[in-house]
Formats: sequence, C-alpha cells, structure tokens
Amino acid sequence: MKKITLADRRKPKVGGNTVMLMITIVLFFLLYGAGCVMYADKEFGRLQNFLNVMINNAGLIIVACGVTCVMLTGGIDISVGSVVALTCMFMSVGLAEWGMSSGVLIVLVLLIGVVFGAVQGYCIAYLEIQPFIVTMAGLFFARGMTSVISTQQVSVPFESWFGQLSQIKCEIPFGIGAYLNKKGVVITPYVRITVVVALIVVLITFLMLRYTKFGRSLYAVGGNQQSAALMGLNVKKTRMLSHVLCSFYATLGGLCFCLNTMCGTPTQATGLEMDAISSAVIGGTLLTGGVGNVVGTFFGVLINGTISSLVKFNGKLVASWANIITAVLLCFFILLQAIFAKIKERKK
Amino acid sequence: MNKLRGLTKKQLFLPIFSMILVMLVNVLFDIADGNNAFDFFSVSMKGGVLYGRIVDILNRGSEVAILALGMTLVVSCSAGTDISVGSVMSLAGGVCCVMIAGFGVTSVSTAAELAHPIWMGILCGIGAAVLAGVFNGFLVAYMKIQPMVATLILWSAARALALLICNNMIVYVRMDEFKVFGAFLGPIPTPIIIAAVCIAVLALVLKFTALGTYIQSVGINKRSSRIAGFNSAKIILMCYTICGLFAGIAGIVNTSRIYSADTNNIGLNMEMDAILAVALGGNSLGGGKFNLAGSIIGAYTIQAITTTLLARGVSTAQAPVFKAIIIILIVVIQAPPVKAYFKRRSAEKAAAKEAV
Amino acid sequence: MKNNAVLEMKGICMTFPGVKALDHVDFTLKKGEIRALMGENGAGKSTLIKCLTGVNKFEAGEIYIDGIDGPVVNKDTLDAQKKGISTVYQEINLCPNLSVAENLFIGREPLTKFGTIKRRSMIAKAAQLMKDMELDIDVTRNLEEYSLAMQQMIAIARAVDMECKVLILDEPTSSLDDNEVEKLFGMMRRLRDQGVGIIFVTHFLEQVYAVCDGITVLRNGQLVGEYSIEELPRVKLVAAMMGKDFDDLAAIRKGENRDFSGEPLEIEAKGLSHAGKIKPFDLEIHKGEVVGLTGLLGSGRSELARAIYGADRSQTGTLKVDGNEQKIKNPIDAMHLGMGYLPDDRKAEGIVGDLSVRENIILAMQAKLGPMHKIPMQKQIEIADKYIELLQIKTASRETLIKQLSGGNQQKVILARWLATDPDFLILDEPTRGIDVGTKTEIQKLVVQLAQEGKSLIFISSEIEEMLRVCNKMAVLRDGAKVGEISGSMTQESVLSAIAGGESNE
Repeated sequence: MKKITLADRRKPKVGGNTVMLMITIVLFFLLYGAGCVMYADKEFGRLQNFLNVMINNAGLIIVACGVTCVMLTGGIDISVGSVVALTCMFMSVGLAEWGMSSGVLIVLVLLIGVVFGAVQGYCIAYLEIQPFIVTMAGLFFARGMTSVISTQQVSVPFESWFGQLSQIKCEIPFGIGAYLNKKGVVITPYVRITVVVALIVVLITFLMLRYTKFGRSLYAVGGNQQSAALMGLNVKKTRMLSHVLCSFYATLGGLCFCLNTMCGTPTQATGLEMDAISSAVIGGTLLTGGVGNVVGTFFGVLINGTISSLVKFNGKLVASWANIITAVLLCFFILLQAIFAKIKERKK
Repeated sequence: MNKLRGLTKKQLFLPIFSMILVMLVNVLFDIADGNNAFDFFSVSMKGGVLYGRIVDILNRGSEVAILALGMTLVVSCSAGTDISVGSVMSLAGGVCCVMIAGFGVTSVSTAAELAHPIWMGILCGIGAAVLAGVFNGFLVAYMKIQPMVATLILWSAARALALLICNNMIVYVRMDEFKVFGAFLGPIPTPIIIAAVCIAVLALVLKFTALGTYIQSVGINKRSSRIAGFNSAKIILMCYTICGLFAGIAGIVNTSRIYSADTNNIGLNMEMDAILAVALGGNSLGGGKFNLAGSIIGAYTIQAITTTLLARGVSTAQAPVFKAIIIILIVVIQAPPVKAYFKRRSAEKAAAKEAV
Repeated sequence: MKNNAVLEMKGICMTFPGVKALDHVDFTLKKGEIRALMGENGAGKSTLIKCLTGVNKFEAGEIYIDGIDGPVVNKDTLDAQKKGISTVYQEINLCPNLSVAENLFIGREPLTKFGTIKRRSMIAKAAQLMKDMELDIDVTRNLEEYSLAMQQMIAIARAVDMECKVLILDEPTSSLDDNEVEKLFGMMRRLRDQGVGIIFVTHFLEQVYAVCDGITVLRNGQLVGEYSIEELPRVKLVAAMMGKDFDDLAAIRKGENRDFSGEPLEIEAKGLSHAGKIKPFDLEIHKGEVVGLTGLLGSGRSELARAIYGADRSQTGTLKVDGNEQKIKNPIDAMHLGMGYLPDDRKAEGIVGDLSVRENIILAMQAKLGPMHKIPMQKQIEIADKYIELLQIKTASRETLIKQLSGGNQQKVILARWLATDPDFLILDEPTRGIDVGTKTEIQKLVVQLAQEGKSLIFISSEIEEMLRVCNKMAVLRDGAKVGEISGSMTQESVLSAIAGGESNE
C-alpha cells in the first residue's frame, strides 16, 4: 500500500488570498509614497498628515469592520452609510433640541443599531430574502428617517459631554513625529479619541474573527453554507448576528463620524457604504464570502483615505475624483478576484 | 371564495390591487378634505394642456416606467438588479448638457451659443448610458460578478463622472427645443408620449422576436439554456445594454424637465423606484418569468404613492421611509419561508375541515 | 434488535408522487461490518439512506439503533449525527476556506474558560487524529490545498472522531485513483476492526469484493436480498441487481448484426479530450448507426459525449461531421451541424422549470432559428401537440409548467425538444433513467426507428440489457478513457467483462 506523502499535497506556495493582501499593503505604501514625493513642499509626509487620514476615517474604519464581517458570510450590507447619517442626526438633534443627556443618547443610538441589524438580519437569514434588497430598503429607511428627525443641518453642542469628547487630543508620546512650526513652537502630533476607538475595534474584531466560535462560524458559513449546517453550525443565527454586529458597528462608527463633523445633516455620509465595501474588497475580502480579514480592510480604508487626501492636497481637482478613483480601484480588485476565482476553477 | 383565491394567484393581481388601493386612499383623503370624492380622476384642460392628478402621475411616472422596462429584463435574466440606473441617468443628463453647451459653460439660451446641436447632445447622452450598460453587462455576463456588486461600481462612479464632466457645476440649457422633452407636445406632456413609445417598442420587440423566451430561459436555468443552444452571456449583456439605453432615455427626460444637468439630483434614488416597480409588478426578484405589464403598472403605482405622499405634506426626503416599508412588505410576502407558512396554514385548515 | 446489530431498519416505505420509492425494505448492519448497498439507478439506495439520515421522511417502518431504546426517527442529518450516524458524500461537505484542523473540529472546538478557541490544542488534537488515521497532513493548511481524495479522508476522519456507530460512505471513490482507493479501504478496515458499522454505496463491483463483508441488493424499491460476500459472486450480483436469471444474461442479442462499415461516416472524432474529464479518444459513427457508450458511472461515458457536443469544449483533436472538419465551441455550433444532446442530469441541464411544456419543446428549435425568427404561436402549438401525442406525454395541457410533470414525462419533453430540431446525430445520455418500464420500451423503439431513418445516435445507459437491445456497436470506457470497442455478437457477459477490464474475482 502506498503511503500518501507530501508529494500529494500541492507545493507550498503563497495563496491567492495572501497575494491580495500583499497587493493592498504595497499599494497603500506606493500611494502614500507617491504623495510624499508629489507634495513634498506641502509636507504630505508629515506624521500628522497620516494621523489626519486616520482621524478623518476613524468612523469609516469601524463601519468597514462591520461590513467585512457581513461579507465574510457571503452577504452584503449597503445600509451602513444611512445608518451613520441617522446616528449623527439622532445625536445632534437629541443633544441640541430634545435636551437629552449624552450617555442616554449613546446607549439609545447603539441600541437602535442592534435592533436595526436584527430586523435586517432576520429578513435575510430567516426569511431568506436577498441581502442586497433588504439592506437597500434599510438604506432608504434610515435615510428617510434622518429627514423625518430633521431636514436641517443641526450642530452638536460643544458644551455637552459628547461634544467635549471631540476636543480630546491623544498626543503621540516620546516626541515621535514632532516638529517645530514657523514660530518655533514644538508641535506634537496627535490623534482624536475616535482613532483610539477605531483601533480598539479593529483589534477586538481581529481577535474575535480568529479566536471565537462566532468568528470562525462567519468564515465557515461563507465558505460553504451547506457544509457549515451539516457540521452543526447554526447558519441562520450566524448570518443574522453578522448583520446585528454590522449595524452595531455602523452606529458606533456613526458616533465617531459625528465627533468628526460635529453635526447632523440629512445628506451626510452618502456613499459611505460604497467606501466601506470597497475598502473591504480592496483589503482582500472576497465578495463570495469566506475569505478576508479586518487588517486588510484597515489598509483598504487607509488607501481610500490617502486618495481623498491626495485629491485634497492637489487643490485643483474636483472632489468627485476621489469617488472615481475609488470606483476604479474597486473595479480593479473585483476583476482581480474574478480572475483568481477562474484560475482556481480551472485547476479543479 | 375559490374564485377569489384564484384571482389572488394571478400575476397581475398584486400591481392592480395596489393601484386600486392607492386610488382608494386618495378618494378617502379627498372626502376627508371635503373635496369632490373623485377629484383624483378628473382631467381638465388648462391653458391648452391637460391637467389633473392622473395626468400628473402619468407624467411624473414616466422615468420610473421607462427604467422599469430595462430593470424587468435585467432581473429576469440575471436574478439581480441594476442599481446604477439612477447614476447613469445623471451621467446621460450631464453628457447631454455638456455636449450641447460645451465644457465649462454653465448656461446656454440661444442657438448661436450651442457647441453641438441638441440632437447630438441627446444621442451622446444616451450613448454614454448605453456604454454604462455594456460595462455592467460585461462584468455580470463575462466576469460572472454578482449583478448588484458589479453595478455598485457605476452606482458610485457614474454620478461622480457626471459631476466631473459638468465641472462640478449645474449646466443649464434654456432652449425650448430642449425643454420640450420634459414639457408638453400639444396638450399632452411629452414624457408620457416618450414612455408610451418606449413601452410600445419593447412590447412589440418582445412580441415579434423570441427574445422573451431567450431571456426567461436563461434566467430560469442557465445550464439547460446553454445545452439547448442559448448563449446566456450574450443575452445577459444585451439585457444590461437595454437597461442602460432606457436609463439614458429616462435621464434625458429628467434633465429636460429642469432644463439643466443638476447631476447631484438627477435620478437620485430612482433605482429604488425601478426595483420596487418590478417587485410590485408581481415579478420575482429571483429572476425567471417576467411580466412587463406588471412592471409598468407597478411603476405608475409607485408614482401615485409618491404623489400622494407629497400631497399629504411628506417631503421628498422622507418619502423613502414609506417606500422602504412597502418594498420590505412585498419581498417578505414573496419570501419562500413565508409562502411555505401560509401554504401549511391553509393545508391545516383544509385538514381541519375534512376532520369535521 | 438482532444480536450484534448496530442498525436495523424494518419495513421502510416511502412514496414519491407516482412512484413507490421504497416498498417495505429491511436493512440490517452488524457491528464491525462493511456492507455494500447495491442497486441500479432508481433502485432506492439513496432514498433508503436519506430516510436513515433524516433527509427524507419515510411513511412506514421503524429504525433501531444500538444503544437507543425504541424506534428512532431522525429530524435531519444533524440529528442523525448526534445519534451516531455519519455520512460522507461524494461531494465533500467541508469548508474549503478553513484549515484542516478547523474542519475537523468546527462546532466542537476546545474552548478556554473565556470562551475563546484553544487553537494550539485544537491543532495538536487534529494532528494526532491525522496520525491515528495514518494521514500525512499539515493540519494548519487550508482544506482547499489538498486533493479531493485527501479531503474525503478528512471528512471521514471528522465523521469517525464524532462517536460514530454507523458510517455511510455514499460513492466516496468516484473521484479517487487506485492508490487513493486502497488508502481509503485501509481506513475502512481499521474502522471495522474498531467496531464501526459501514454502509458502502458504490458502482464499482471490484471494490465491493475487495472490501465488503456483506451485500444488500435493492431493485425497484424492493429488497432483493441480504447476502454475505461469499454467497454472491459477481455475475450473480449483477443478475440480482438487474433482475435477470443467469441464463437470461447469457442470452445473445437478438436481431441482425448489420455491418455499417460501408455506410458514410456521420461523426469522426480524432483525439478529442477535455482536461481532467476525458482523455483523448477516437470515435467513428456511421449514418444510421447506434453507438453505445458503456462503462461504470464516472468512467467518462457522459464526458465523451459532452466533448463531441461541445457541452464541455474539447481542447485537443479534430472532429469531422459529415466529412467536413468542424470546430465546436458551444452547443449551438453543434446544433447547427445537426446534433442534439439529451443530458443525463435532467433537472440541472434539461428542463427549464418555469417554462411551459410548449416552450420547452420549441426551445432548441428556436435557438437554432435565432431570436429574430420567432416561431409563430400557431406553429408552436402544432409542434407541441404533435410531440405530446407522439410521445404520449402526460400533461394537463401544453401550457402546464414542465416542473409540474413527473420525471418520465419531463424526459419525454426534452426528447421532443430534440426531435423537433430534426437532428442527424442525437446523443441520448441516460434517456430511460427513472422512467417506468412501458416508457422505457417506447424510447428504445424510438431509438431503433430513428436509426432506421438514417440518423446516427449515441446511446448511454447504465442498463446493459437495454444497450444490447438498441446498439450496433459499443465503446467501452474506464477511468476517463476509451479502452475499446465491441461489435458483432455482444452479450451481457462480454460487455460486463469489457467494463470490468478482465479482472475477475470469481
């Protein structure tokens, strides 16, 4: 009897998924490097500029983490942008007009996220409706509700406890990246508290995906739903929970977003779902599910942020260039995935 | 009772029923407001043009009806929806106005100022939309990407592209030759005529060619269709191209109404209305069999809902809440587990009757 | 329960609309026994297994499992698994994107007190399990990096590690090569020695004799008998499966043995192949000739036909149709050359479920005409009615959706679809599967009649007797390659031995 040996195994090599992640990380450094060279006079390369990218995209990082979790199961959620807008509006109006306390509002907002996600998740997992249709309805519902709360731009009052959060500067210790400005004052680079929250969320999500049963179930469901069910996983519950988590992250991201803009408007964060999804895809999350990682998503967001930053530094370009470049990148990565999938199929 | 049940099973039951429901609501509102109970249906001539709420709904509903035509085909052949149609409308409008006015110009009002003739602008606008449709179709048919994800790219990019083409400005074409597509042709609003022509052309094409069978066959079972000699990729590409074409026409109509390329607002959220029209028309969003008449009735029903909501003081921005609720209700009713539940219930009832 | 039995099924009955799928079937499995479950397509093997694992709900009968009091009814496969009945299917039911270790332990991972997964301990356990199974596998790698055979072994390892009393192997060997099969058998024997009862479903006769202790034979939903391996030599087994006495089997095919070498060639294939499915083959088919493709399931007989028709595009070789060299990229190309193909997977590749009988019948004809030349409705109705009558399709009306018809009638509709195109060359892949006896005879008659009209046919069937009746020549396939041809006086035995490749265990 022949013993099955190592030769039976495909030769060790870097898988397509790792390649995707590598492409993403390299792309980020290339983009950022290009920015540093092109806008050296405007000090693009300064640490604070990088931190600003983080600050501006802290909310998006959190939202994208949630979207990644849903996409891992093979689903999709396009309602997140509207949920962010709803969160901002709810916070602003709650503080400015209803006179509610910050703590109560935050809890309430997060609760709305959970309920919103639960309803969407139930429709998708238990009623077997296409995720895209459900979350599109969710998108319009949340967007409409934003207008129902207020059709005006409402500012978050600074004096509120929540408003004060936006003022906290977390300075980078040990003088890393510090520099002297024209007046000779030492400027220490800093991040806002939202960045800290975002990084914590990335870390927690990373650990959850890797080390908990729920996290692994997300991958299993995305890999092969039928098999996952046969192996004793509760597929429906997993899918529903992924949407609960996603909407929860969307509201949490919305809070960070709100701290950044300090206001709520009905048209806020339009197209944010697109940024979140493209970040995940660029970060190596497969649209068909089962493969992906929040680390990739994190870099995906940074790429998106860097593109916006580059367009801004240019100063002459219309803002919609950022959208177009992101869409082109998304298209490129989607095609890349399709090609990888075809290669895999051919091998079989 | 049995007859009634048979009626509810007919495909056109859902759209006609919802249409009647909306009309009924309007009648009730009129009565409550102390108006003539059938104000809703009255059509009169004012200043040489037709006037009345029905006319208004038919007029305003034109774009959705045109979009719904293409969307019906896309849903049928690929079991997915084209969510880029709203943005593509904006792109068509943008390209059209910029072609007519010239790049960087914000307003033209005389023939002498035109960069290109109006018909050329319109053709280019529609051409851009067709290209967008080809792009979507290529991704779906040949790269095998899920329709909604593939069209997500243009959903974001087409509008951004339109903004770019218009140099981030609103481009006005203040010329009657252009305004006419969104205004009146004789006493009848032009959009109604355009929609009617689109509907008629597609209906005739489907009647006199076998495309309907091709599309449905591919939508129901791709593998069987291939063995039976159909090229599913070509058919899917064609459906997306047609969808792009109709999005372009709708975009021109919408642009003409406001005689300007307000790219941020043209076709905004229209994809939702178009998909809703298809679903409301009794078509399964899972693809396969389609019923064009249902989608068209669905489209006007949605416009009737929108018009009613606006008339009751709900703002345009708030209206999506109601539409979202309606779409969810429709898909929940169509959902397999829900259907199975009702089937079980009626079977149990029948069994209980037998036991008695 | 009988002594030593781990599983006992008594009087299991199950009906599908119009068909008695299982008719009072008994089945007993002893501890530490490998029992083959044999039968032709449609005999009720898979239905019986589905009743056991809870996929199908049986109407009458009882199931007893060792260690559980009273009759057992499994709600679903998961429930069955909990009661010690695990199934490994031909298609692997694992997650390709997860590591081997995770696939082994998912749903029952070792946890820390915080509820997180102990990855290291899971990997160690998995490695130990693989070692016990004598598999050299790096458990941290993704499942998709391993061959199908390895994946199958991993699936078995998972099943066995979960308190398994009864292991069902449903055609696990169809995608494995000889070495891998031997490896699998080694594992099966080891499990048997540990006291696991194994139900082995396969189409490969040699494998039954290589590894099994007993054989249970089903035919047409009824139990033919439960035998020990010694009392049922190969030919008797085939006879039991096919319901023929040995004398019958030896009967020579009646009718003339026409010589076709004088007739012009309809199809001349040279070196056609499709990577991984069918190795390069040559095949000649004369006008008016019926060529049978024979071989066991998975031997490449369907794949050969598909390569000619362009259902799987042939990557090498040349094909001459009617004397002219042709390139076929897609089925439509083949259709324009006068070909037709009735696929074996009726549901996935045959019917278009939501279309009516009429639309299904005119489908291929319409495809040949192109979209711009719609067949007028009046003509469609004529054609549909003609074939509904000719083939005696039982349908409420021509506008009934095809999915509402029984399998046999669906098959006739697909047949009508191809007949309507008036093909010169027709490929029939398992046209009689799951069809009642009367219809079978009709279809066989039709094939002979078509051949007499000068049409060429490829006929594929699992029933050798049927092939003997209609075919003028047979091509024999084994392991994805054409290994020979038989013509002249063909007998059940000569065909069987050709299929088996001369190896005999009698």
